[in-house]
Amino acid sequence: MRRITRIATVGIASAALALSATACGGKKSSDSASSTESGQKSAAIAYDIGGRGDQSFNDAAYAGLEKAEKDLQVKGAEAEPTEGESEADKVQRLTELARKGHNPVIGVGFAYGAAIEKVAPKFPKTTFGLIDDASKTGPNIANLVFNEEQGSYLAGVAAAKASKSGTVGFIGGVEVPLIKKFEAGFTQGVKDTNPNAKVLSTYLSQPPDFSGFAKPDLGKAAAKGQLDNGADVIYSAAGLAGSGAIEAAATAGKWAIGVDSDQYNQAGLAKYKDKILTSVTKDVSGSVYNLIKSVQDGSPQSGEVRYGLDKNGVGLADSNPEYKSMAELQAAVEKAKADIIAKKINVKTAP
Amino acid sequence: MKKFDKDRLLLAAAGPALALVSAFVLTMIVLAASGVAPIDPLRIMVEQAGYEDVQVLILNQAGIYYLAALAVAIGFRMNLFNIGVDGQYRLAAMISAVVGAAVTLPGPLHILMIVAVAMLTGAFWAGIAGILKAKRGVSEVVSTIMLNAIATALIAWLLLPKNLGVQVEGSNDLTTGKIAESGWFPALTIGDGLEIYGFTFVAFALGIVYWFVLNRTRFGFDLRATGASESAAQASGVDAKKMIMTSMLLSGAVAGLTGMPLLLGESHTYNLSFPLGIGFTGITIALLGRNHPVGIFFSALLIAFIDKASAGLDTAGYAKEIGTIMQGLIVIAVVVSYELVRRYGIRRQQQKVGEELAAGHAIKTDKEVAA
Repeated sequence: MRRITRIATVGIASAALALSATACGGKKSSDSASSTESGQKSAAIAYDIGGRGDQSFNDAAYAGLEKAEKDLQVKGAEAEPTEGESEADKVQRLTELARKGHNPVIGVGFAYGAAIEKVAPKFPKTTFGLIDDASKTGPNIANLVFNEEQGSYLAGVAAAKASKSGTVGFIGGVEVPLIKKFEAGFTQGVKDTNPNAKVLSTYLSQPPDFSGFAKPDLGKAAAKGQLDNGADVIYSAAGLAGSGAIEAAATAGKWAIGVDSDQYNQAGLAKYKDKILTSVTKDVSGSVYNLIKSVQDGSPQSGEVRYGLDKNGVGLADSNPEYKSMAELQAAVEKAKADIIAKKINVKTAP
Repeated sequence: MKKFDKDRLLLAAAGPALALVSAFVLTMIVLAASGVAPIDPLRIMVEQAGYEDVQVLILNQAGIYYLAALAVAIGFRMNLFNIGVDGQYRLAAMISAVVGAAVTLPGPLHILMIVAVAMLTGAFWAGIAGILKAKRGVSEVVSTIMLNAIATALIAWLLLPKNLGVQVEGSNDLTTGKIAESGWFPALTIGDGLEIYGFTFVAFALGIVYWFVLNRTRFGFDLRATGASESAAQASGVDAKKMIMTSMLLSGAVAGLTGMPLLLGESHTYNLSFPLGIGFTGITIALLGRNHPVGIFFSALLIAFIDKASAGLDTAGYAKEIGTIMQGLIVIAVVVSYELVRRYGIRRQQQKVGEELAAGHAIKTDKEVAA
């Protein structure tokens, strides 16, 4: 046993040594490769859970960056989170992006709120974009927020009109306030259109388990359950997991409603697109592009930048020809849209 | 006696070494098979670990992992498989964050109180599984897994604004409110803005306490004896049921501490993005470290290194999931290689006994070898 004590001592001592060695002036990960050559403008986005390729929220942000790369000759950088990471990792990611000279640095999703609040004051010349959170403010923070409930209301109207069984389904990714906004708007839209309709509501996971945004099999199982209970239109606000719900609904020959991006046009879902009635679009890509452009133009956005129905920040996609052929449905949606913009309808943000 | 010790030590080191080497080789094979140059990602990871800010991240993460792994190890030494560390840790972090935000006390007292609440909550949650095991013989594996799910649901419910949660106007996050500055654990600041959480040092110090209690106290002896053979321990007067209860409570209390580095050092609130799954990583680390405080220390560092260094692969154009693959392979390799080494050890021992028997002084040495 003596031996073990000695090993422990050596271990602790060497750890302490290693520590003190790092303490005096090491290099930082961002010192090495300054990715930006002088004069080259660059913008960076840090993704939410799911990352690029989620066919939804993150991809929409990427689309905005891509457009900026093309139109504004901006160099784009991206970084993805790891599952189970803490705030420290987010702080590190944003700091690294900012120190490498990217401007703006955009955090996709409210999970970046606390991290941006910490990092932004250290880089006063960099503009930080924060999507889906208006609570963390600062002179160089632009809060890009959306009226998701308004778009979802229109989806509710469309679902109620398209449904034959009178039962429609809502699938939320994770039971968080943001997704409840989608549910609230959708339910209100359905009930206002058809008071007798039934809305089945399912959440795929509870926070802090965010797998409900990432695992298509969860969405598929939940959609199957709702189909078995008679739903014939399913609206899923669940990021990547939503593609599973779309698959299940389309395979059963029922309608699916997509979210965030116009999912009818997405390559990954091409097989099911005929059954994607419409999608509640959230112009994340436009908001990202606008922010990058504002920085390039020398007057960076700051404070709350709100995107609602009135500015087409949220809306309903009409790329499916079958959707376009439903005149009555379209008329109802247009009327609801006009009423919301005219503030005749007040859409609730919580169920 | 001394020679025997050396053998044992060698065998103990052979397990992890074999596991790491084979996991490493397997990772390279996986990379090569998927058409990626196998060396380059690993080179980038090592390079990443050379940077100061990544080192701090690794160390802080290792402290968190260390606590989770200690909690698991306490159970392991007693032959209890506490899979519920994750749930215990999250519930403890949440409840202690609520209490911490609700009161304001002078500095050290505030911190002490938060820590005490966290330990009590963790112990309580693990204690449920302990009672079920001691009184009803319910397998702790099953009950702790279920308690994880229950903890998730309970936290989600408690965190609603109508209960204990706070939703700041305009935010989509749910928090438990901010803990006043008196409840922040002082950090060691190095360089500009790089902070090593103070609680990281508490975590490592706890390893020494763990070693002392287990190896230098009557209680530790009872615990190890019960773990080795419950019936034998009972026959020699150890109350096995009481031991189950105590070790479950202790394991839960340490699990409760797991969230403290983050809560007291970084976020100062429990919010929706508080990390999930640390308790499960803790199981890997305890296994890899063979439940030994020094072994756990190095495996916590290793897993934290893979975590943080692989994050940098992203910007270099490689999938950072390489790190996850590596961790998965390590788990498999650990289980297989430990079994191999154990069998080899037994065979070697038998051989030795056989040789000594043949040499003709069997009765004399028989006892010593068996010990």
